[in-house]
Amino acid sequence: MKLTIKVWRQKGPKAKGGFKAYSLDHVSEDSSFLEMMDQLNDQLVSGGEEAVHFDHDCREGICGMCSMYINGRPHGPMEQTTTCQLHMRSFKDGDTITIEPWRASAFPVVKDLVVDRSAFDRIIQAGGYVSVGTGGVPDANEIPIPKKIADEAFNAATCIGCGACVAACKNASAMLFTSAKVSQLAMLPQGQVERKERALNMVAQMDEEGFGACTNTGACAAECPVGIDLTNIARLNREYFGASVSTEE
Amino acid sequence: MSNPFTSKQPEGPLAEKWSQHKFNMKLVNPANKRKYDVIVVGTGLAGASAAASMAELGYNVKAFCFQDSPRRAHSIAAQGGINAAKNYQNDGDSVFRLFYDTIKGGDYRSREANVYRLAEVSVNIIDQCVAQGVPFAREYGGLLDNRSFGGAQVSRTFYAKGQTGQQLLLGAYSALSRQVANGKVKLYTRTEMLDLVMVDGKARGIVTRNLITGEIESHSAHAVVLASGGYGNVFYLSTNAMGSNATAAWRAHRRGAYFANPCYTQIHPTCIPVSGDHQSKLTLMSESLRNDGRVWVPKSQEDAEAIRKGEKKATDIAEDARDYYLERRYPAFGNLVPRDVASRNAKYVCDEGRGVAPSGLAVYLDFADAIKRDGQKTIEGKYGNLFAMYEKITGENPYEVPMKIFPAVHYTMGGLWVDYNLMTNIEGLYATGESNFSDHGANRLGASALMQGLADGYFVIPYTIGNYLATMPYDKVSTDHEAFKTAEGEVKERIQKLLSIKGKRTVESLHKELGKVVWDYCGMSRNAEGLEMALGKVKELREEFWSNINVLGGENELNMELEKAMRVADFLELAELMMVDARNRDESCGGHFREEHATEEGEAKRDDENFAYVAAWEWNGVGNAPTLHKENLEFENVKLTQRSYK
Repeated sequence: MKLTIKVWRQKGPKAKGGFKAYSLDHVSEDSSFLEMMDQLNDQLVSGGEEAVHFDHDCREGICGMCSMYINGRPHGPMEQTTTCQLHMRSFKDGDTITIEPWRASAFPVVKDLVVDRSAFDRIIQAGGYVSVGTGGVPDANEIPIPKKIADEAFNAATCIGCGACVAACKNASAMLFTSAKVSQLAMLPQGQVERKERALNMVAQMDEEGFGACTNTGACAAECPVGIDLTNIARLNREYFGASVSTEE
Repeated sequence: MSNPFTSKQPEGPLAEKWSQHKFNMKLVNPANKRKYDVIVVGTGLAGASAAASMAELGYNVKAFCFQDSPRRAHSIAAQGGINAAKNYQNDGDSVFRLFYDTIKGGDYRSREANVYRLAEVSVNIIDQCVAQGVPFAREYGGLLDNRSFGGAQVSRTFYAKGQTGQQLLLGAYSALSRQVANGKVKLYTRTEMLDLVMVDGKARGIVTRNLITGEIESHSAHAVVLASGGYGNVFYLSTNAMGSNATAAWRAHRRGAYFANPCYTQIHPTCIPVSGDHQSKLTLMSESLRNDGRVWVPKSQEDAEAIRKGEKKATDIAEDARDYYLERRYPAFGNLVPRDVASRNAKYVCDEGRGVAPSGLAVYLDFADAIKRDGQKTIEGKYGNLFAMYEKITGENPYEVPMKIFPAVHYTMGGLWVDYNLMTNIEGLYATGESNFSDHGANRLGASALMQGLADGYFVIPYTIGNYLATMPYDKVSTDHEAFKTAEGEVKERIQKLLSIKGKRTVESLHKELGKVVWDYCGMSRNAEGLEMALGKVKELREEFWSNINVLGGENELNMELEKAMRVADFLELAELMMVDARNRDESCGGHFREEHATEEGEAKRDDENFAYVAAWEWNGVGNAPTLHKENLEFENVKLTQRSYK
């Protein structure tokens, strides 16, 4: 098929960006969205123009690196699908496809479609772990965990840290991301000891990074490529509130 | 000074070697640990676990990854599970059995002491991960669930749906993040190692490029740990992430580290088949699917032909016209034979003209019986995400029609040669996880890569590195040292060279071409004649690359074309070594199948008399023949036999 690709080009973090349209022919319906981008880049480089920079790595929908805002939606039109898993059969011959980077002040643009998501790492560093060192831990079957709880914790833990939730949110809030980790550890017995500080510290870091407030529109969960549920935000609110009013150390 | 090229396996009975060795190793006093700096390159399972564990002990760690976050490392994509000899299922598992299965699965080309240690510490890994909050699959009683994987007759694989690698990596990432917060790990993301720096014959640091600013920087330390993954992307099409590369290991090799068994690559039997020229990577469908899926092709070429032409569907083929060839040939292991065996058999049936995709290169993996037996809900619970991924990629619903699969490059057993302490032949340079050659011999069993990465990082290197550092003076080498300046200069020169060629070919197109040559002549099967010819082709491609490549953009900015060019340049050298090794190894073993050496039944035929050794290659410069060093493998606890999975 033949497509018009309207893509955001920005030379560097401080440079002024803008859209540029390219025409691309002979795109296979079976190719993935990123393979279409490869094809575009091959065309550009062969013609002496620098390739469109975009983040991508595993191309299996799990590493969370790919991050395009396609036709006004993070990761494009297919529900629960990352950009790398989106295939061109979701588009029609003659379509114009508009591609932008994630837009959020906490995710500054590095170049073209590449943004800096290190704020997410710092949120995890603020408490997204259980403080156990290597060795000296109990046998894995010492603490039984009901299957239902283990499964729920797993669902929260499947967040791939791509940032689509932030990109989708009108406030650029990182609540869904933060809540997924807080929920996972709050549900498991291993996470109990640090439960309160974790919620407080991670939320504080989230605010410090400049993410916006949550106004419960649910856009994050609707656009999440791995289906992280809005319930996690409710859990985080409860964890945070409980920790804030608690008098215990 | 002892000979750096000895395995250093401890004396004594197999089961006591590691305990005894741990006792014999020198220790670094807790207060002195903070005087030592350690560099870890790579933040996958092997790197993140090593960095976190060493930081917990008190060493100052610098951790590097080329991705934007440590959590992106390709360990994240491992699907099926992680082995451990817990024997929670009461089905006869033990440390010795895991050891035995791994040695046998590797076709008797790995070191006994290493493999036994791996099996021994496997049980600690599961405990560690659960304590971190890794949500493994559980039974209704709240205890951990297990499943079976290829090459084993017990259920010892722990899993988290089809996302085990993700959950384990996020566990290691959380431990790493905690140490970053504690100030014991300094993290360098989007930073790529481009050279190893040696001072007085010891590894003392690395040269890196900041991928955002292009800045070339030096980092000095008392020891360097490479946990930089495998080199499967030399094939262009593989299940590796797009960024996975061999550069860190290859640069170390060029500085003198031996590269061992480079021809041992694993072709995974269950991947989504290639659909066209546009394809950039291949997607794995977890081996765990072989627990419930049945592999088949039509018995007759006519039926296969009709399917390829679209005149018949899989469901049109009657039960007695189907050939469940793995179940037929290997009744004891059935669909759960090891990967090399499953892949080779898929190739055989497709070579016979019984393949089922338009390309002729696919076999069925059919869940109809499992769905009938257990219900769709159960199957969805086990493999839901894999089925969804399959549908997204192919546009077909695997609950209704059988999956089509074909083998693809997945893992590389070869890598930097290391001794029992995971130290390369360069003092102070370590290699862990997939980047070393150590534990899987000529074929890795499913669910053993996660086990090895975490074993190395959590439970081996934190001990063995102390034994080395205890002998090191505290004094640091300044990055103004001549060795750093020279290495930086060489890196810059190389970048300039790549940018100045300004030829006509894209890096991508040359990489594709290289991949095809390696796949055709050094892939699922090899022969001397083909390898000879391919060696010539690789040389031509390398010349073409260095004279006709076109890399746009500048050096002082984010420039992904330049990054790729540097990686492909290294693949072009590594490919040659793979072929030299494959040509030298005039036997078949595991994933290395030389057509000249097959049993009557088409299995790999080893030559233990002449090839029971590790081939460790020493670099002699571009285009020069490398020097072969042999580490003879001695087997005291297992008997070498023709592998049988019948």
